[in-house]
Order: sequence, then structure tokens, then C-alpha cells
Amino acid sequence: MNRLLRLAIIPLLLLLGGCDYLLFDPKGPIAAEQMELIIFSFLIMMIVVIPVFFMTFWFSIKYRASNTKAKESDYRPEWEHSNKIEAVVWAVPLAIIIALGVITYKTSFSLDPRKAIESERETMRIQVVALDWKWLFVYPEQGIATVNEFAMPVDRPVEFLITSDTVMNSFFVPQLGSMIYAMAGMENQLHLIAEETGDYRGLSANYSGFGFSGMKFKALVKNENDFASWVENVKATNRPLSPDAYSTLAAKTKDHPVEHYSQVNPLLFNRIIEKYTGMQNGQ
Amino acid sequence: MANNATIVTDPDPIFGKLTWDSIPYHDPIILTTFLVVVMVGVGVLGAVVYYGKLKYLWEEWLTSVDHKKIGIMYIIAAFIMLIRGFSDALLMRSQQALAVSESSGVGYLPPEHYDQIFTAHGVIMIFFVAMPLIVGLMNLVVPLQIGARDVAFPFLNSLSFWLFVVGAMLVNASLFVGEFAATGWLAYPPLSGLEYSPWVGVDYWLWALQISGIGTLLSGVNFFVTIIRMRAPGMSLMKMPVFTWTSLCANVLIILAFPILTVTITLLTLDRYLGTHFFTNDLGGNQMMYVNLIWAWGHPEVYILILPAFGIFSEVTATFSRKRLFGYTSLVWATACIMFLSFIVWLHHFFTMGAGASVNAFFGIATMVISIPTGVKIFNWLFTMYKGKVTFDSPMWWTLAFLITFTIGGVTGVMLAIPAANFVLHNSLFLVAHFHNVIIGGALFGYFAGLTYWFPKATGFTLNETLGKWACGLWTVGFFMAFMPLYVLGFMGMTRRLNYYDNPVWNTWLLIAGLGALIVLVAICVQFYQIFASIRDRKNNQDLTGDPWGGRTLEWAMSSPPPFYNFARTPEVRDRDQFHYMKEHGLAFKRPASYSRIHMPKNTWAGIVIAGFSGVMGFAMVWHIWWLAIVSTVAMLACFIVYNFSGNKDYYVEVDEIEVMESEHFERIAVAHSAQTSHQQGLSGSQGKASITLPLSQV
Repeated sequence: MNRLLRLAIIPLLLLLGGCDYLLFDPKGPIAAEQMELIIFSFLIMMIVVIPVFFMTFWFSIKYRASNTKAKESDYRPEWEHSNKIEAVVWAVPLAIIIALGVITYKTSFSLDPRKAIESERETMRIQVVALDWKWLFVYPEQGIATVNEFAMPVDRPVEFLITSDTVMNSFFVPQLGSMIYAMAGMENQLHLIAEETGDYRGLSANYSGFGFSGMKFKALVKNENDFASWVENVKATNRPLSPDAYSTLAAKTKDHPVEHYSQVNPLLFNRIIEKYTGMQNGQ
Repeated sequence: MANNATIVTDPDPIFGKLTWDSIPYHDPIILTTFLVVVMVGVGVLGAVVYYGKLKYLWEEWLTSVDHKKIGIMYIIAAFIMLIRGFSDALLMRSQQALAVSESSGVGYLPPEHYDQIFTAHGVIMIFFVAMPLIVGLMNLVVPLQIGARDVAFPFLNSLSFWLFVVGAMLVNASLFVGEFAATGWLAYPPLSGLEYSPWVGVDYWLWALQISGIGTLLSGVNFFVTIIRMRAPGMSLMKMPVFTWTSLCANVLIILAFPILTVTITLLTLDRYLGTHFFTNDLGGNQMMYVNLIWAWGHPEVYILILPAFGIFSEVTATFSRKRLFGYTSLVWATACIMFLSFIVWLHHFFTMGAGASVNAFFGIATMVISIPTGVKIFNWLFTMYKGKVTFDSPMWWTLAFLITFTIGGVTGVMLAIPAANFVLHNSLFLVAHFHNVIIGGALFGYFAGLTYWFPKATGFTLNETLGKWACGLWTVGFFMAFMPLYVLGFMGMTRRLNYYDNPVWNTWLLIAGLGALIVLVAICVQFYQIFASIRDRKNNQDLTGDPWGGRTLEWAMSSPPPFYNFARTPEVRDRDQFHYMKEHGLAFKRPASYSRIHMPKNTWAGIVIAGFSGVMGFAMVWHIWWLAIVSTVAMLACFIVYNFSGNKDYYVEVDEIEVMESEHFERIAVAHSAQTSHQQGLSGSQGKASITLPLSQV
């Protein structure tokens, strides 16, 4: 089915033209599957939509009162029921929804943001914190942190752990796939993988206050070597994210520039969550 | 504005947080608006006093418990608020058309102002335009369709209306005193909590919605009881007109959903006023609970808006196809299915919160299931046209525009219902396009169809047809131009509520959308001119018979406008299309053998006065003026008690008066009849006249 689907998609893509359509220009398997899902569900519903459009025009032209060609038998003012028509109008939408329902069920699991991506290569972990109004990315394994920019190696699954040190936001890199909410005191998980190197747009997809429009970031997908040198460069800045530096960073700012931190407390992410859950844990 | 507003931490005992700084007189846009509003207000009031109509206004309208007058007042209020809500839309469209930049400070609206505008737009359009339009139409039509003299609780109806007005006035007051919420229309905490929004904007939101929400809840109870208990003899449930059926379902939804809103808002109020922690980030607060609760109300709310519109399309299609409605039973069941299902789909508004795959799959599939009964309805309307004799009066134009537009909205709705696809479409302009697609193309077009259809019943003259068709055409073209680009922008990854953006490609599409909004502006102007021109030319558009369209249900059985007691004699119902049946069997337009006196409720000051005090209470609470809040609450309760213990609530209309009013009606029918016979040959092509040919053959 997938190959057929791709065939159907190609002309549509040509029609839309170009890479401005981020959702139709996927750079990873998750975004690609989501694009197919959008197009497939659209096409299957055309089974109902096209007849509806057709009947709307046809019936309103054929049965117009001013139609001089209308026959006597074309007007049946007392006719109000037909089991055959009823059966069809219930059965066809039902069949489509059963088909879509099966796909919905399957993809809810296969594309679950929490589901780890199977790969020969080890999953990398990036911790994400939404702040007013910027994104902090913490690399616990590499011991670095960045603001409004993160890098990830191509073809390697990444587990994003996402929280907020302020109001609700939504972490979203359209060309890589799914978004998920960032909420204070909670850790959300999102698994993504990129199949192509490049710089991709990322943004907050949930309104979070006056500086919300500036909460955008760059996702840099690099090959393994470039990623390693990027990490080295960040480390070379020699600027640790100390507790003081963090509280300065966490204060409200708009259109925050990209920042790199050479060192970070590996427990910072957990501390940010615990700040809000302290009471529940009896601390 | 929020950025300029000082946060008063130490409220004054007399004026609370209210200071001269609360009035944004330094903002030219707001100051001009304020002056215009004041001048228009003074002008209208001055005219009323000058022509000596103050007493008439008070006695015949403001204190009225007549469901028809309350319905008309709802609709007038909705149109006034439409001006406000649509101005907000134009401001947003123009800001986004201008705001291409790497960083903030572009366009002419800073985020502190812009964010209030999109919040106000959503709140106003849903609560103070769509809701009053549909509650207004229900008021106007439901008692007439079921053969009742009024609603079950006439005083409560008046109170509901005035509580709604107070809510609307609080929202408008926030424009000039203080500021409105800048949180998005559903005010998700923690953003709407005290920590992140210490200004009074969210408090205005809380009290405006709380007060008008209680009004809506009372309306829901009122109409539920009216429809269940006050139908004319013989009208079993399955003989009810479809609009009454869909209204019944909508009112069940109101009764079940609005208490959730009341409680949710109360909890947020406690968080903001008493420092509780229901929805804060810390100390055990749970923002996810708020999001669940607000959508447990919010999703049924969408169906409260759309179901009665479905009813209107059913009435309109049957009438203008000159045919029985196809598949009445399945339409009723489809409505009941939608009513039930609308309560188990709320989670589809936040698949991206991180619930597990099974939860998302359940809510996704439940949402899709709704599209089955909805699809059935669309086919039922199409098959009502099939084998009919369709005339294209303007209500039918709205219906055809609806069939095409709403179908597209349905498709995008199902796409959003697939959780895995929703993960990339959520909160994008695709979503914004989708819900405008169903609310404008579904609900609003339905209300416009209903307004055109029932306008002659309410006023005694029809609306100008040519202008009505222009309005429909312009609305449709404007709608497609304004919202199809938003679907495209959604695919481009543009999220909603952006004050500025750095992608110049988006700009072209936003400019097209802005032009679409301007076309809608023209359409709205045409609608206002249509109302003005129709009132001016009312002598030429008179509805003398009470049945201008060849109607099928009971609301067309009495004069237009109806006498205040509706039915001189309560009809006995034998058929689903009772008035059509009466016309077929020579029972319509017949003077009954005798009349008997009619028991009617008296007008009362209580509704407007109690609601007025609730408005004072709301304003006092917003500004922390505690003494005034206490005084007005006590006054509210006192008025309620005084009204309830006064025995003087009803009276009898004597037979003489009924005979006079009914005779006038039959004289008008005779005039229409003679006019018709004298014009019979020349005008057989005219649709308006052709439609009264049918009934008058019986006179």
C-alpha cells in the first residue's frame, strides 16, 4: 500500500511545489509517515466528498422549480423515506471510518512519541526545557547545554525529555515529526530520528505569553564527525551554566540569541522538575 | 495594556485596584474607540428620550418576558458584538500581513496588545456572537414550533438574557478600563494564573464568562423543560419539527456541559483570589486537569452551536424543496448520536499532551465516529432536494454554501482526529482554518439562513432578497479566500497566535487571507445595509399571511409578527409537518368557532435589575472592591427574594382583545388574497408571490 501511496503523493507534491511546505518535506521517517497519513486520509474521504459536491450541484440544477424540462414524476412531495438510500448513506461513511479507524489505531501505537525508535545505533538523549521565552537544551552525556539551537547526529535516534520551567509550551520540529507539550513538574518523552543533514526550523507550538513568537530555534542535523566537532566547539566556549547563570537565563527575555554553555550540572533537568513536585515527594 | 499597567499590590479600601492609570487614555486606538462608543451610546439614548420612547423601551422591551422579544434582543446584541469580534479579526489579519521580521517590534500591534485581541476575538465570537444568535433563534422559534404560549419559565428567560448582556458588557468594559486577558480564549493555566498573569485581564475573562455562562445554563434548563412539557397536544417526540429536536439536544448538552464550565472557572477564580493551587505549577496544582475540564465543556459547546444550525438547514431545505424532509427518523437519531458522542471526544483537543497511545487511539476513533451521523445528515438534506421543486431564495443559498463549505471542514476535522497526524497539525493554522471552516461554514451560515427564514415571522416583513444573496455570495468567497490560505500555511509549519514571523513565503498567503477578510467585511456591511433597506422598504415586503415561504411547521400558522400570546387556540397536532397538513386539509387560515381567555405571564423588572447587580458585582470583583461586591451580591439576593414573594406575576387576556387582534390578522389575509387574485396572471413567475398561492387557495 505504501508504494501505491507514494505514487499518488508525488503529483500532489509537485503541485504544491518546493520545500516551503515543511510537512510535505520530511527529513525523518516519522514526519514521512505522518505526511503519508495526512494525504491518505484526505484521499480516502474523497470517496464521500466528491459525490456530495456532485449531488449538491446536480440536484439543485435538476430539481430547480424553474426547470421547464421537469417531468410530472420528478416531483414527489410526500416521498420521505427509502431503506436503500438510508443503507447506503450509513454504510459508506461507516466503511470509510472503519478503514480510517484501523489506521488510526495502528499509527497511534507505531507513531507514539514515547515509543523508542529501533536502530542499530545507540539512542542519544537531549533534555529540553521551555523557558520564558527561549528553549534550553541540555546534553547530559556530553555535559553541555545550548539555548535556541541544538545539534543531533543524522540516522541516530534521539530521545528528547521535555519539561518547562514556566507555562505550557509545545516542542516542535515540523520536518522531523511529532510535537509534544512541555509542562512544568512533568517530563514528556519524544523520540525522533533524522535521515538527512541540514538546519531545520523548530518552534514552540503552544502560545505561552508575550514573547511566544520569538520562541523559535534551529535543529542542526549533522553527520557523526560534524556533530563531534560541534560538541567540542561548545565545550571550548568555556562558559559553564552555573546556578547563577541559569537564574539569569530563566528570567523573562524576548528574541533570545543562541547561546552555548561548556558545562552543565547533569542533574539540572531533574532539579527543574523537582522544583514543582517537591511537595508531592514529601521533600 | 498589560505592559503599562501597574500591578496594584495594596488595593485601596474604596476603589480596590482601580486607579486613573487603569484607563488607557494614552492609547490613541482605544481612546478613539471609546469616544465613538460614548458618542453612539449618548446619541441612541438621547434619541430615545427625545422621542419619548424611554417608557416604551422599558415596559415593552427591557422588562419583557415575551420569548419573541427576548429572541430579537439576543440577535441585536449578537450583531453588535459581531462588529467588535470582527474588528479584532481585521486587526489580527492586518498585523500578520505586516509582521515579517526576525524579531519583535514589527507591525503596529505589540504582543501585549495583539495577544489580548486574539483572546477577545475567540471569546466574543463564541460566547457573545454565536451563542446569542442561536439562543435568540431558539427563543424566537421553538415555542412557536411546538404550539406553546411562551417558554416554561418566562422570568428566568429574561434573567438569562440580561446575564448574557452583563457578560458582554464586562468584556467591553475591559477595553476601556484595565485590560483583557492575553491568554488565548480558553485561558490555560498556569499562564492564566496569578503568577504569570497578575493583571486584571484574566479576572474580566473569569467574571464575564461566569455570569454569562450561568445565564446560558438557565436558558438550557428553560428550553429543555419547555420542549419536554409544553408541546401542543398530539405532538409526540417523533412529530417534533427538526429544529426543535436539534434545539432539545443542544439544551441537553448545555445542561450537562455548562456546569463543568462554571466549576472550572470557579476553581481558577479560587486560584487567583484565594491563592489555592488547583492549577498552579507547584504545590500539587495540575494544569492538565484544567485542560481536560475546559474541553469537557468546550467540545460539547461546539455541538451546542452546530446542532441547532443543522436543524435550521433541515427546515429550510424541506420548505424550499416543497417536499417532506428525507429521513426524519435517521436525522433525529443522527442528532442524538452526535449529542452522546460529543461528550466522549474532548481529549482530541490535546493529543499532544502526552497521553498514552491507547488513550489517543480511543479518542481519535470516537471523534471519527461522529463524522458518520454527520455525513448521514448531509445526505439527508441532499435527498430532500431530490425529487423536489427547489426555489433558490436566500436561505437556500446559505444552505448550498454550507453543504460545500462544511464538507471540507468535516474532512479536515477527520484528518485532525488521527492522533499521529494531529502531532504535526495541532495548533497550526491548519487547525485555525478547520474550526473556522466548521463554525463559519456550518454554524454561522446556518444562523444566517435561519435569520433570513424567520425574519418575516419576527417582524412582519421579509428581508431584501437581492442584498441577501449578495451577502451570501460575498461571505462565501471571502471565507474561502480568508481560510484556504490558512490550510496552506499550516502545511508550511506556521503555528497559531504569532505576532510576527521570519518566513517571507508566509507573507503572500497572509496577504490573500487579509483580502478575504476584507471581502467578509463587505459582506457584513451588505448585511447591515440589507437590514436597513428592508426596514425602510417594509411596506413593499410585507408578510400579510404569516406564511411567506410556504412553510410546513406551526410557526407559520399565526400572523407575522405573532400576537404576544402566539396561538389564539392551542393547535392539535396530527402530522410532523403540521402546518403543511393543515393547508392540505383546508384547516389553515380558518377562524375558530370561539376563543377563550388566555393565561399569560406579566413583564418584570426583576431580570434586568438582578443581572445589573451581577454586573456591578463582577466589576467589583475584577477590581477587588470588596465592599461593592458584597453590597451588590446582597442586592441581587434581595431583589430575587422580593420578586419571588410578590404575587403579581400573571394575568388573563380577555376574549375581546383576542378577537380584535385575530380579526386584524384575518383582514390582512383577505388583503393578501385579493392582491393575489388581481395579480394572478402577471406575477406567476415571482417566487415570493408564488409561495403564498398555495395557502390562499384555502381561504
